[in-house]
Amino acid sequence: MNRDSVRAVLPELALLVVLLAAPVLLPPLGFSHDLLSRALNWALFGLGLDILFGLAGLLSFGQAAFYGAGGFVAAYLLVSGLVHSVWLAFLIGTLAAGLFGLAVGWLAVRRIGIYFAMITLAFGQMAYFIQNSPLSDFTGGENGIAGVPVPVIGFGAWAVRITAGVPMYALLAATFFLGFVLARRIVHSPVGLILKAIKENTARVAMLGHDVPAYKLAAFTIAALYAGLAGAMLGSFQSYMPPDAFALETSGQLVVQTIVGGVGTLVGPLVGAALWLWLRDNLQLIPGFGSLWKLILGLAFIGLVMGLRRGICGEILHRWRQRGEAARLHAAKARTEAIEAGRLHAPEVPAEVALPMPRPAVDGRSAHAEIALEAQGLARHYGGLKAVDGVSFQVRRRSIHAVIGPNGAGKSTLFKMLSDEVSPSAGSVLLFGERLTGAGVTEATQRGVVKSNQLNQLFLNLTVRENLRVAALARARGRFRLDLLAPAGARADVEAQVETLLDILDLGMRAETRVGVLAYGEKRRLEIGMALATSPNVLLLDEPLAGMSPAERVATCALIRRIGRSCTILLVEHDLDAVFDLAERITVLSEGRLLADGPADIVRRDPAVQKAYLGAAPDEAVDEGSATRGAMHEPA
Amino acid sequence: MPSTAVLLSQAFNGLALGSLLALVSSGLTIILGTLGVLNFAHGALFAVGAYTAFVMMQATHSFVLALLGGCAIMLIIGFAMERLIIRHFYARPDEDQILVTYGIGMVLVEGLRSWFGGNSQRVPVPSWGTGATKLGFLVYPTYRLQLIGIIAGLLVGLYLVLYRTSVGLVVRAGIENAGMVGILGIDVRRTFLFVFAVGIVAVGLAGMLYAPVVAVTPDMGASFMVQSFVVIVLGGLGSFPGAIVGGLIAGEIISLTSAFNSAYSEVMLYGLMALVLVARPQGLFGTEGRV
Repeated sequence: MNRDSVRAVLPELALLVVLLAAPVLLPPLGFSHDLLSRALNWALFGLGLDILFGLAGLLSFGQAAFYGAGGFVAAYLLVSGLVHSVWLAFLIGTLAAGLFGLAVGWLAVRRIGIYFAMITLAFGQMAYFIQNSPLSDFTGGENGIAGVPVPVIGFGAWAVRITAGVPMYALLAATFFLGFVLARRIVHSPVGLILKAIKENTARVAMLGHDVPAYKLAAFTIAALYAGLAGAMLGSFQSYMPPDAFALETSGQLVVQTIVGGVGTLVGPLVGAALWLWLRDNLQLIPGFGSLWKLILGLAFIGLVMGLRRGICGEILHRWRQRGEAARLHAAKARTEAIEAGRLHAPEVPAEVALPMPRPAVDGRSAHAEIALEAQGLARHYGGLKAVDGVSFQVRRRSIHAVIGPNGAGKSTLFKMLSDEVSPSAGSVLLFGERLTGAGVTEATQRGVVKSNQLNQLFLNLTVRENLRVAALARARGRFRLDLLAPAGARADVEAQVETLLDILDLGMRAETRVGVLAYGEKRRLEIGMALATSPNVLLLDEPLAGMSPAERVATCALIRRIGRSCTILLVEHDLDAVFDLAERITVLSEGRLLADGPADIVRRDPAVQKAYLGAAPDEAVDEGSATRGAMHEPA
Repeated sequence: MPSTAVLLSQAFNGLALGSLLALVSSGLTIILGTLGVLNFAHGALFAVGAYTAFVMMQATHSFVLALLGGCAIMLIIGFAMERLIIRHFYARPDEDQILVTYGIGMVLVEGLRSWFGGNSQRVPVPSWGTGATKLGFLVYPTYRLQLIGIIAGLLVGLYLVLYRTSVGLVVRAGIENAGMVGILGIDVRRTFLFVFAVGIVAVGLAGMLYAPVVAVTPDMGASFMVQSFVVIVLGGLGSFPGAIVGGLIAGEIISLTSAFNSAYSEVMLYGLMALVLVARPQGLFGTEGRV
């Protein structure tokens, strides 16, 4: 084993040492074996929440539903005698909780943020009431289920009952360890990377071609499976399945423990649970102080959320990493300042780097189609406002085609309909002769129509490499794939794609830099690069030059021309010099209507275009460049 | 099939519970709509309201004075919460707001528990509300009828503030687009402080008015909070009419279902919520595209 592979499993090794040492070293400090076992059970439960909230950013207040479901299914099966093997009951309980999670998640992931928290809380309460009343014949209602047996290892004479104390600790520690290893694999898998990106900017992930609701549902179900296993083990470990497993307080306690310990660290739930239980067990012993322990914990929790949001483990890890990376971050920021002060040369497009190849067209017929994209009578009305009103035009394959028009002409709305972000009030979009409208923005990207945005939509807390990787993975993996155990950076085709793009975008030096610290021009290039990383057949560029310095404009124009050799490009741009320089054909919009459409030099001479768009006689058109540039920052 | 009398009395119970839920939810919804903060301490504040009624009743022996004093206390709590904590969270993610209000709720509930103990307290029914009233063939507790009337009056008052005053106009504009209100040069911070305090007084009043009907415990607000979340999902985010209609629907569903089989009364409510989520995710009065 070399040093790198040891480093990669360092967290696992550290956890293993802690789990082995804890039952020996901690009992004198007030951590009994029973307390440690309970903390491990909560920690296993919390691993799921950490994946759901820490990784995907979905805060659930209803995890008790799955904890209880796993627990009561397993306990009922064992006590009723339907299942004799405790291990089998654990498995069935876990799967039942996962199924329940799939159903609740299907409803809950439709909504985000505030709504998600409210809905999960409400479904958690629903589960509580179902256990308490309608199903009380099976679950014992308020009494719970007593006499749940403990698991047995081995057969016949060698059978060992895993009783409370050290054996139960060992079982829970082993289970938590495996759960932790699995969770870390998930965090570092493509699914983990996509979930991280969803937390940063959900809309962009969908635009890149990933099926966002499906990934969220996957995270929700994984969290429910963890909760179910923890619940199933709870009954066996206490030989009693309590109805409070379903209680609102259980979900709340889990959230508080995870936040206190440090969300997104995977060990946070363990530290938080140990602290909570230790405070409860030890502060209660102090006379006159007993009832105050939760009040103190609540105050500490408020302080933590206000000031130290990363939690205990999160802060420690953050400080640790910061120490190592302070120099690198400083260098990255210095470079950003140099670029923004114009002290560095504008990026150069390398002369010959192979561009990522567009996907083969859908079938043989369309491979030879001369028209890549076609708008047929596209219209979008907002109440009485006709943003786009019956626009038809064709974009030829492998051409650079521009859409121009004054502000408010409907260009951005048109673009949103072309990428199916906005559904048209009338008309449709054809991609290589097949109807695209109605497929949705994710499917449009999967079929090869991708948009780069007027306003950057990047994942600011991920590195440049990770940003490009998220985009490239969409092409390589399709809408949805559950490769939970594969490392995210292990696909050779995706990594080659990312390397090529880093070269083309001149961001090679910035590959491991967090996107948040990049210079503005670099972010603009990355925005285009993200769309390019999905290997589009048709690339829609919405004001690619917006806000760039003159030198950056020249470089970006060169880049666009390079891309245009292998890919159809449609662009909206206010810089008319650049447009006439780049585009072979131009479509002119005015007040939502098509004004002109044709080869660039013919459109340039069209008097109607000059009158409506340039708003003046030809000899006054010289002033136009500055006028449009001034208007550029208005939202189109 | 239960008798007509049972159904009718349950319908009245539903009205009482529903109007109470409407008051709790309208406090929640104007805070959510204007400030964008989901107040997870709402249930705890309901309990705080009930305990202020308990303390003020013991001090003054007058329910009206208890309500007035209770409102003053809730107003102070609302101002303090907004100034000291909530204000620092407007620019932070939704999840942080939820976490910090959950923490506040925890502290309030545990504070009540350590102050008054975990045992339940009783608040007497006001002298003018004792006994029962004959309504045709139904005899119904007088105070519950008065409760419906008082809450209806309070909701009308809140409606008048929201729809007939200039402050209300700013609040409703804030629900539509808080950023725009700020751009127009209106001091949003003062409006936010006002709205938060009004929302807290609303839920506190609900707790005070409900105190004579139930046992007052530190945890009494939790179930009301969850039910008011369901009301908001039913009625639509930030919608004042949605909170009232949603509250009444929720109250009737719980009460009427328990006339048939009390085991299912709560489950039916969540079933309806699931149905609304599938069929009309923005809620009955909500507009598409918000959250």
